[in-house]
Amino acid sequence: MSFWTRHQVFEKNSIILVVGILLVVAIGGLVEITPLFYLKSTIEVVDGVRPYTPLELAGRNIYVREGCYLCHSQMIRPLRDEVERYGHFSLAAESMFDHPFQWGSKRTGPDLARVGAKYSDDWHVTHLTNPRAIVPQSVMPGYPFLASTEVDPETIADHMRTLRTVGVPYTDDQIANAAADMKAQADPDNAGADAFTKRYAKAVVRNFDGKSGTPTEMDALIAYLQMLGTLVDFKLYNEKANLR
Amino acid sequence: MVFGSVFFQRESAMPQLSISKSMTSGESGLAALFAVTAFLCVIAAAKALDAPFAFHASLGALASIAAVFFIINNYYDRPAALPAQEINGRPNYNMGPIKFSSFMAMFWGIAGFLVGLIIASQLAWPVLNFDLPWIQFGRLRPLHTSAVIFAFGGNVLLATSFYVVQKSCHVRLAGYLAPWFVVVGYNFFILIAGTGYLLGVTQSKEYAEPEWYADLWLTIVWVTYLLVFLVTIIKRKEPHIFVANWFYLAFIVTIAVLHLGNNPALPVSFLGSKSYIAWGGIQDAMFQWWYGHNAVGFFLTAGFLAIMYYFIPKRAERPIYSYRLSIIHFWALIFLYIWAGPHHLHYTALPDWTQTLGMTFSIMLWMPSWGGMINGLMTLSGAWDKLRTDPVLRMLVVSVAFYGMSTFEGPMMSIKVVNSLSHYTDWTIGHVHSGALGWVGFVSFGALYCLVPWAWNRKGLYSLKLVNWHFWIATLGIVLYISAMWVSGILQGLMWRAYTSLGFLEYSFIETVEAMHPFYVIRAAGGALFLIGALIMAYNLWMTVRVGEQEVQMPVALQPAE
Repeated sequence: MSFWTRHQVFEKNSIILVVGILLVVAIGGLVEITPLFYLKSTIEVVDGVRPYTPLELAGRNIYVREGCYLCHSQMIRPLRDEVERYGHFSLAAESMFDHPFQWGSKRTGPDLARVGAKYSDDWHVTHLTNPRAIVPQSVMPGYPFLASTEVDPETIADHMRTLRTVGVPYTDDQIANAAADMKAQADPDNAGADAFTKRYAKAVVRNFDGKSGTPTEMDALIAYLQMLGTLVDFKLYNEKANLR
Repeated sequence: MVFGSVFFQRESAMPQLSISKSMTSGESGLAALFAVTAFLCVIAAAKALDAPFAFHASLGALASIAAVFFIINNYYDRPAALPAQEINGRPNYNMGPIKFSSFMAMFWGIAGFLVGLIIASQLAWPVLNFDLPWIQFGRLRPLHTSAVIFAFGGNVLLATSFYVVQKSCHVRLAGYLAPWFVVVGYNFFILIAGTGYLLGVTQSKEYAEPEWYADLWLTIVWVTYLLVFLVTIIKRKEPHIFVANWFYLAFIVTIAVLHLGNNPALPVSFLGSKSYIAWGGIQDAMFQWWYGHNAVGFFLTAGFLAIMYYFIPKRAERPIYSYRLSIIHFWALIFLYIWAGPHHLHYTALPDWTQTLGMTFSIMLWMPSWGGMINGLMTLSGAWDKLRTDPVLRMLVVSVAFYGMSTFEGPMMSIKVVNSLSHYTDWTIGHVHSGALGWVGFVSFGALYCLVPWAWNRKGLYSLKLVNWHFWIATLGIVLYISAMWVSGILQGLMWRAYTSLGFLEYSFIETVEAMHPFYVIRAAGGALFLIGALIMAYNLWMTVRVGEQEVQMPVALQPAE
């Protein structure tokens, strides 16, 4: 029986054809994806990476909601020009708590993986409100509505609990104090600010949008942007140990 | 009511002795299910935690009530017997769902091209964002991609697959309400997804942006689609399953696998729109591009190759060039495509071994892709002269040529050194659109130009001259679009890595943005031409259905005297 005659078993039996298709398309995915869950070298061993603070998480959700990832990547490639333009190349460990990941696929605007602490809060407020007020050639949309929309401190604990279920190591302490922490991070005079910084290493407490009262979406988004890429101290990072 | 007359032609049942009329279990079950769904949706809308979820729950309630009404109303209107499987020994083909999907394809196509033109213009003139949340680029871009890929492309695939499977199996489509559930349910998914983007509901996974509840609904619709398609094949009258149906099956089955693999998410609350994806960081990235690349591979390639394998031989009136090549083409294509995802993640934090595997298989993928192209083009052997006289066939053939071009470009861009230049730039956008506008767009247009006269039982199109105009205007648009994006992409990639003689980066980022402006304007012009072509097409198809109907209404008057 020739190969072509044998192939008729697929052409004459729809169920065998479906099973054949399923088997053939399963192989590639299984080989490429499964090892990423158990090969130890997949994610580097690094100090400093922590889950997002409640305010940063709210900011990240705004980043996702507005589709920022469609024009800004968060993934610096180990190429000379990128490392010189943006900083140390991105590590897998730096996005290990990201659900979903925000590496992006297009740079209509610059990479944001290490935009944290690069510009002042004022710069961000002005830029987000009207990008062309600071960068005349920019093609970024303006987001003035962020400044007038408040975030909801009461529901953020539910978000953190959900994230914990899918694998982000939030502590009970962090979840219990989520609402208070969210307000504290945007208000340096808040009594809970010290306790907050103890719960989240390297977290910054500032009045990001310069206005008092309940944190706004502007506060949240800037808090998120200002922490991007700041968690790992590359003076201490052991490059050789993590060579892959 | 115009709609009604367009889609529903009273099915002529076999004249039968009077049998007592009763609801089928499908009718009563589905009506009950939709009634429960409507009730649940009303509760969800009332207790919703956020406004978009309340809006979507209300839409769900309205749609469910409409579905109950439709099912009951249809029951009272229909004859006691369900439509016959055969009339006078010939299959009684079910054309209603096909007509509906063809219409929706044209509608969503124009909507999707229009949104594409708007966001292209926003990049050239950012003032067009108007500082409003609902219409800024970040929310409109997923609307554009979903509208053209899933709404336009998806409806073309639904319409053509339901047509091809019936004709090539010589049986009526399986199910009575099920095919309608698939086509209407799928378009309801599009409505939920699209309005969600405008309201900021997204899980930010490219081409998989809809949130958990839309994903769940799509899963139900898709499984029904698979069942309708598969059962139709199972009850076929032909011993062999036609090659186009292999490709449709691979598309339907694999999209189901990809959808389930990429979308497992945990909602924060079952009364809110927000969810968090189960995968994190690197695994999420790999899952996403395993999905993303194979949305291209199986939705935009395998599905449309099925169209190629049916419509080109049919229109050219020639057999497929090589049956054996189509076997190799099929298995090699679906095996290799699945591996190609990591080429979207070159030089990222994804391990090198995965990147190298992805690149290797992407390069190998060039072979089956061109095997398919050769099979499609060589089908024209002995009928090449028809390209001069038949603009519909020309559209189909040029689409295969574009397929060949972009499936050469893709493997080339997946080579890591090339990718280091092209990634993150407009070159990728240009590549995607040479495939999307040239291949998927043209093969869809060609198929719809064939399908509409067939499904509505018309002699031919209203005007071949208008097809010709559509062809040339759209081709000019594509050429403007992709050449502008190639130049801007390569220019930007080179500017990013340019160094001065003193060893400093030569350009700030914003200088590279400024350099893109003329190309963004040219791109928008190309998109406008493509949209104009589609509007001409819509008019042509509308007139085909309308004018043709008048002809059918007075056949007696047209009879020559004997």
